[in-house]
Amino acid sequence: MTAVRTFAGAAHVVGDNVDTDRIIPGKYTKTLDTADLAAHLLEDYDPELAGRIAPGDVLVAGENFGCGSSREQAPLAIAAAGIAVVLARSFARIFFRNAINIGLPVVEVPGHEIQPGARVRVDLIRGEVVDETAGRTYRATRMPPVMADILAAGGLVPYLRSGGDYSVKG
Amino acid sequence: MPQTAAEKVLSRKAGYAVEAGDIAVVPVDGAMATDATAPFAIKAFESMGGARVWDPARMALVLDHATPAPNERISTLHTLMRRFAAEQRLRLYEVGDGICHQLMMENGHVAPGELFVGADSHTPTLGAVGAFAVGVGSTDLAAVMHTGRIWLKVPRTLRVELTGSLRPGTYAKDVILHLVGALGIAGATYEAVEFAGPTVAGMTLASRMVLANMVAEMGAKTALVDTAGLEAQELPAPLRQRLGASGPLAELSADPGASYRAVHRLDVSDLGAQVAVPHLPDNVRDVREVAGVKVDMAFIGSCTNARLEDLHVAAAVLRGRKLAAGVRLIIAASSRAVFNAALKDGTVETLSEAGATFITSGCGPCVGTHQGVPGDGETVISSTNRNFRGRMGNPNANVYLGSPAVVAAAAVAGHIVDPAEVLSGVVA
Repeated sequence: MTAVRTFAGAAHVVGDNVDTDRIIPGKYTKTLDTADLAAHLLEDYDPELAGRIAPGDVLVAGENFGCGSSREQAPLAIAAAGIAVVLARSFARIFFRNAINIGLPVVEVPGHEIQPGARVRVDLIRGEVVDETAGRTYRATRMPPVMADILAAGGLVPYLRSGGDYSVKG
Repeated sequence: MPQTAAEKVLSRKAGYAVEAGDIAVVPVDGAMATDATAPFAIKAFESMGGARVWDPARMALVLDHATPAPNERISTLHTLMRRFAAEQRLRLYEVGDGICHQLMMENGHVAPGELFVGADSHTPTLGAVGAFAVGVGSTDLAAVMHTGRIWLKVPRTLRVELTGSLRPGTYAKDVILHLVGALGIAGATYEAVEFAGPTVAGMTLASRMVLANMVAEMGAKTALVDTAGLEAQELPAPLRQRLGASGPLAELSADPGASYRAVHRLDVSDLGAQVAVPHLPDNVRDVREVAGVKVDMAFIGSCTNARLEDLHVAAAVLRGRKLAAGVRLIIAASSRAVFNAALKDGTVETLSEAGATFITSGCGPCVGTHQGVPGDGETVISSTNRNFRGRMGNPNANVYLGSPAVVAAAAVAGHIVDPAEVLSGVVA
């Protein structure tokens, strides 16, 4: 998997404390088919949201996104639905780690005010998020170097397959 | 340098002194996954090139989230887990054996001072014995299975000091609900929560597990309950055998002068029963503020509150009484061992005669897959840990969280009521 480092797409915005039961209800998690997961993404939050996502779009959240259960099906459902990157004012820790581990870029942007439908550009290397619609530029919070390495490899599976041992190079 | 309990455990594991903020790559003492997380973990393990689990004696699989299987799709995932466990010679806990965290504790899979990694967000429950127990997702767990190691950021610590005696009708559940309400659903994100103080020292192992369990509802990475007052004889027999007769419990306390992000002090003496109202676990009220809310379904279960002492509390409320008309009470003991103990001492009979329905020991209605999904517009009072919209399987139901006493009292009254009133006979 070649890691893409810049993204641009339309923003789909959700609020604070969106928990993993809202992202993908527990009754749908017992499957190994990620297309099944994507079909139910955020359905109790907004039943039409999944249908509006175009490949490469950006999911934008408020505080504490992904709180609750450890289900990796949450970031898997988001990625399978076509979302390229998730931005949030803050993330719950297991969700953040799970997303990086499956190669879904997650970017903490404290205090952002991105509105639904905004055109958003994300540069992972520069740590920059541009709301092109509102004409605002935000700084992303830096993640620990080990996480950046795992994300750059495309997730924990390719990271370990290519000899990653959690030590930070350079 | 004085260390928090979390720094102490991770320093021992790393082999050098670590402090909050450091990244440490550490060997894992024990690992676990359930039917909610193991199938993806097995898939990721194989994708990583994993052939053998690093140390089969340190790894267990548990069938608890959707058991017995409600459909052929889930049953086939269970088959995958059974086959993997047999091939890899892993301990597998079968349908009905119980809830993962209870089984890990009962069967000695975790010991004080160890690092335990579980593919379930309520893994911090095991911090009740002074372990550093952290919840992860499937791919992180797969990496542990493959390498026996994990990278962790050493967390800052929030210390919670509890003083005073709980009033009749209030329990560890009321303390942790109050704390989740006071500190918020993200109040300890990325942090360790250390519980200490004279109230904690007087608590049973089961009550300590309740405190540690719900740090997940504050976003915490782990919980470490001070082992002071935890008597070796109260520990499950397999753990006692691992520790030897006396055990090194005392060494695990945080050092005086350790550096904390914050210290939160609470005198529990004046605390009333607490209830989390829809749809977030930090929407916490005193039970008297929500008294009178009519309930349709009551549930005593989950990794939070379904141990023997919880069933005893429920039986004390329900003895000689009947459920209110139109209310169903569902109970899932936290393990087969707990159920059997409650069977032998008459607790099951008391609860069943009152009208309670026992279901398989496992996660059951808490995760909303089957065995008690509420209907549209219904209200549930539950001894579980999360009341997110849709959590119990129906986004059009309202879930309130309370202690087993609050749940049992509501099941008798037909509405939410202060359990102290039922226990003292004020409410018939």
